[in-house]
Amino acid sequence: MSEKITRFFASRWGIVISGAVIGILASLLQRLGNPPNMGVCVACFERDIAGALGLHRISIVQYIRPEIIGFVLGSTIAALLFREFRARAGSAPLVRFMLGVFAMIGALTFLGCPWRALLRLAGGDLNGITALIGLTAGIGVGVQFLKSGYNLGRSYKTYNSAGWIIPLSMIGLLLLLMFRPQFLPGGPIFFSDKGPGSLHAAIPVSLIVGLIIGFIAQRTRFCTMGSLRDIILMRDTHLVSGVAAFLVAAFISNMLLGQVRFGFVLQPVAHSNHVWNFLGMTLAGLAFVLAGGCPGRQLFLAGEGDTDAGVFVIGMIVGAGISHNFNLAGRSDAMVQGVLNVGGPSLYGMIAVLVGITVCLVVGFTMRERY
Amino acid sequence: MKKIDARGLSCPQPVIITNKVIQEGEFPVEVLVDTVASRENVRRMAENAGLKVSIKESGEEFVITITNID
Repeated sequence: MSEKITRFFASRWGIVISGAVIGILASLLQRLGNPPNMGVCVACFERDIAGALGLHRISIVQYIRPEIIGFVLGSTIAALLFREFRARAGSAPLVRFMLGVFAMIGALTFLGCPWRALLRLAGGDLNGITALIGLTAGIGVGVQFLKSGYNLGRSYKTYNSAGWIIPLSMIGLLLLLMFRPQFLPGGPIFFSDKGPGSLHAAIPVSLIVGLIIGFIAQRTRFCTMGSLRDIILMRDTHLVSGVAAFLVAAFISNMLLGQVRFGFVLQPVAHSNHVWNFLGMTLAGLAFVLAGGCPGRQLFLAGEGDTDAGVFVIGMIVGAGISHNFNLAGRSDAMVQGVLNVGGPSLYGMIAVLVGITVCLVVGFTMRERY
Repeated sequence: MKKIDARGLSCPQPVIITNKVIQEGEFPVEVLVDTVASRENVRRMAENAGLKVSIKESGEEFVITITNID
């Protein structure tokens, strides 16, 4: 029976149905309170968690997002049920940490991970197209490294308890969310009372949706980066059929819910600075390929005991802190006295993206082995 | 028989290495992996290439044997 379910999830229909379910759930979360075009966004939500913990102090993006907790624990539950929980460690953790930091800097330049790029597009935000082209460019470069022997080395089986560090940390975050302790007057823990951080579905709803997505994504290996990588690398359209279903289902659901507004400018929590939308996602895409998964996939891997993916996740959370503390993240478009003020990253943000791309290229060129 | 040890390598490495060996045209190829994700990815790649795949589970590892149908 369990083998049958595994084969179903690994099948074409399995990934298509899963992608569609995730897309519909994401669209519904927006209706139920999450920020516009941000039903689920791993980068944004990890950034909100970083803010809640005080790793940055941007008061409008601070919240412990139950979806992230659900993604990890849903994956853990699936991995345990299907006996796939394997604690493993030792594949270049510091490099993965650094890739996580730069992946987040790139994603926050655009203001979203690949999931949000798709959801923004599904809500009519055409900057999603620029982002997906940038993502594809970054992945294309990364695939060239894969073809020429890039490899961060093997991971090894480790103590079971090590595999539980990330899942148990998520339970810790859940407790902080539920009890909202104040460690100092005013916080941490910080929770936004305005801006995107203040917009969220009820905790049980977010958590349950997160658990469902975590569960099915662990079974199907749903990965946005992997979907493009597999096409470029070996013309394999398996994963991309799930990602396409995610986009189409979210779009249809958004249409039904009246959540679509086409255009480039003044989209919610977004900017229309095309060059930096493109380059931010190029950096993110390259970092994801080098680390072996998009931010969502890294959470699901961390949930099934992969501590190296866990290090990448922590890198992303720290990267969010760095991104906001050093004013690197993109600013949204704004209308000031009737004049459109196109957003985008600061000069520091631009430099950080270029440094990130350079660092990723050095990683790609220098960490190759010949088979 | 060509043997590949892809244990501990994260995807898509097992697929890339297996594909390289398959291209060389020497069969059967035996691939050792230690995650279900790698097992499914290698299986899918080989089946898409029109090859025959059989899998044996041994402990926490899988031995994938790929043979040419002809």
